[in-house]
Amino acid sequence: MKHSKTKILLVSISVVFVVVMLIVPLISVLINSLAEGWDFYVKALTTPYVLSALRLTLIATVIAVAVNTVFGLCAAWAISKFDFRGKHLLTTLIDIPFSVSPVIAGLAFIMTFGRMGWIGQWIEVLNDYLGTDIQIVFAVPGVILATIFVTFPFVFREVIPVLHTQGRDEEEAAALMGAKGRTIFFRITLPQIKWALLYGIVLCTARALGEFGAVSAMSKLRGETFTLPLEIDALYQSGSTDAITAAFAVSSLLVLLAVGVLLLRVFFEAKLHKPS
Amino acid sequence: MNPFSNPAGGRNRIIPGFGLTLGVTLAMLSLLILIPLLSILGHAFQLTANDYAKLITNSAIRNAFITTLGSSFLAALINSVFGFILAWVLVRYDFRGKTLLNGVIELPFALPTAVAGITLSKLYSDTGFFGSFFAGYGIPIAYTHIGLIIALVFVGIPFVVRSIQPVLENLDPTYEEAGSMLGASKFTIFRRIIFPELRPALLTGFGLAFARGLGEYGSVIYISGNSAKNHTQVVSYVIMQKLNYVDYASATAIALVMLIIAFVMLFSINMIQLWQARRVQ
Repeated sequence: MKHSKTKILLVSISVVFVVVMLIVPLISVLINSLAEGWDFYVKALTTPYVLSALRLTLIATVIAVAVNTVFGLCAAWAISKFDFRGKHLLTTLIDIPFSVSPVIAGLAFIMTFGRMGWIGQWIEVLNDYLGTDIQIVFAVPGVILATIFVTFPFVFREVIPVLHTQGRDEEEAAALMGAKGRTIFFRITLPQIKWALLYGIVLCTARALGEFGAVSAMSKLRGETFTLPLEIDALYQSGSTDAITAAFAVSSLLVLLAVGVLLLRVFFEAKLHKPS
Repeated sequence: MNPFSNPAGGRNRIIPGFGLTLGVTLAMLSLLILIPLLSILGHAFQLTANDYAKLITNSAIRNAFITTLGSSFLAALINSVFGFILAWVLVRYDFRGKTLLNGVIELPFALPTAVAGITLSKLYSDTGFFGSFFAGYGIPIAYTHIGLIIALVFVGIPFVVRSIQPVLENLDPTYEEAGSMLGASKFTIFRRIIFPELRPALLTGFGLAFARGLGEYGSVIYISGNSAKNHTQVVSYVIMQKLNYVDYASATAIALVMLIIAFVMLFSINMIQLWQARRVQ
């Protein structure tokens, strides 16, 4: 083999890069999280702050995934099955949350629903009138909105390439034979996009569980409006050795989830590329 | 081609659900994304030119922009080199552990940024696993620009690999074979035939990694030190700081500049992808 030298060199560079940049940090979270023993680890995961953060993280994630799945399917259907003007612009606009800093997403909601925001001012009027106390910014609804924003395009992004490859002939044939929209979607389209949709949901879930910047701008109350990443931040910033170990303990939960996502990806990828 | 489809597009829509799905799409996009972002614009335009001048001449903010742009650019450059090698290795070679390598590339997408941030910060601090080694030579990494760039390399690497990989997989081998039969060396074939085909994908990957770096917050703030004096504050951190001081005017003004940069990046990446699509056809 004349080329084996180049191959050995390039494979070595790749392996060293991935081990140093990706695998060592991953393992380091787990080692740090167990630095003070198993009992400490369990105790760190069951403090009232962590449990409250876990609860809010799960609520925000479930809502964000549900909203973005509905959006992703509608947008993918409209864009892949029909021709209309402005389609390219629409696709670009859907991608905005990928290129906007999460901190700016948080700021956007503050400027809309906060005290200075135009919707926020209406809400204050409404609160005065009805005697209610609806809060969006710095409260649970704000956390949920921020989570939806940063995960907005995920389901759409995963589903659309599959729909483009499949074309629309089958759906058109079914429609000409009199099938209703719902029948066409559940009998033809959904089976085609099943694995891509599931992977989109998995990615969306992972990102929603881990969102930090946008939520951080919208949330100030530890134990009430904090999600897991914010709790990790609070523990780490407090600086004591115990608190830092606790921060890594909470992080280890999210690391396990991340590894789960990667395994699911390999599984879905295999399903996607196997012609059914 | 379906004989019933109307080649001119237009009214003749056979599949049902156009109005409903497009309506839902536009409503959700407007309510959840566009209106909040437009609120930033609305507030940013209430500031006077004088306010902007004051912001731009504020050295802390100017330095944050220079730091963010510079370190994102360098990180994207480093990622372009390693991402290219990784994509090449994953597509062209077979070796044990390739599936694992391919799967791990996506880790930065799946790992929460705050978790990445605290781990990297700990690893590269003076007492950390990597940091102590460099500290022995008197090179601090955490709380410097080097640490900042390492965090951005971490979050950006999958973008480059995943941009190049599919294009390299679908590359037509006949040109390479022709080149080889005409006696071109492996290096010439790479330089003259393969690399030009991959250039748009490489640029897209670079652009995506760069754009991601510009807005990055969670993975950066722990390792960069956020010192105004040492110019290690990034723009996202400065915006967050202004928010914490309830200085919404400065926050929106800085955000506006960031949004403009983000849109220019998004537009350029779209143009590169159109160019790439045309090349394929």
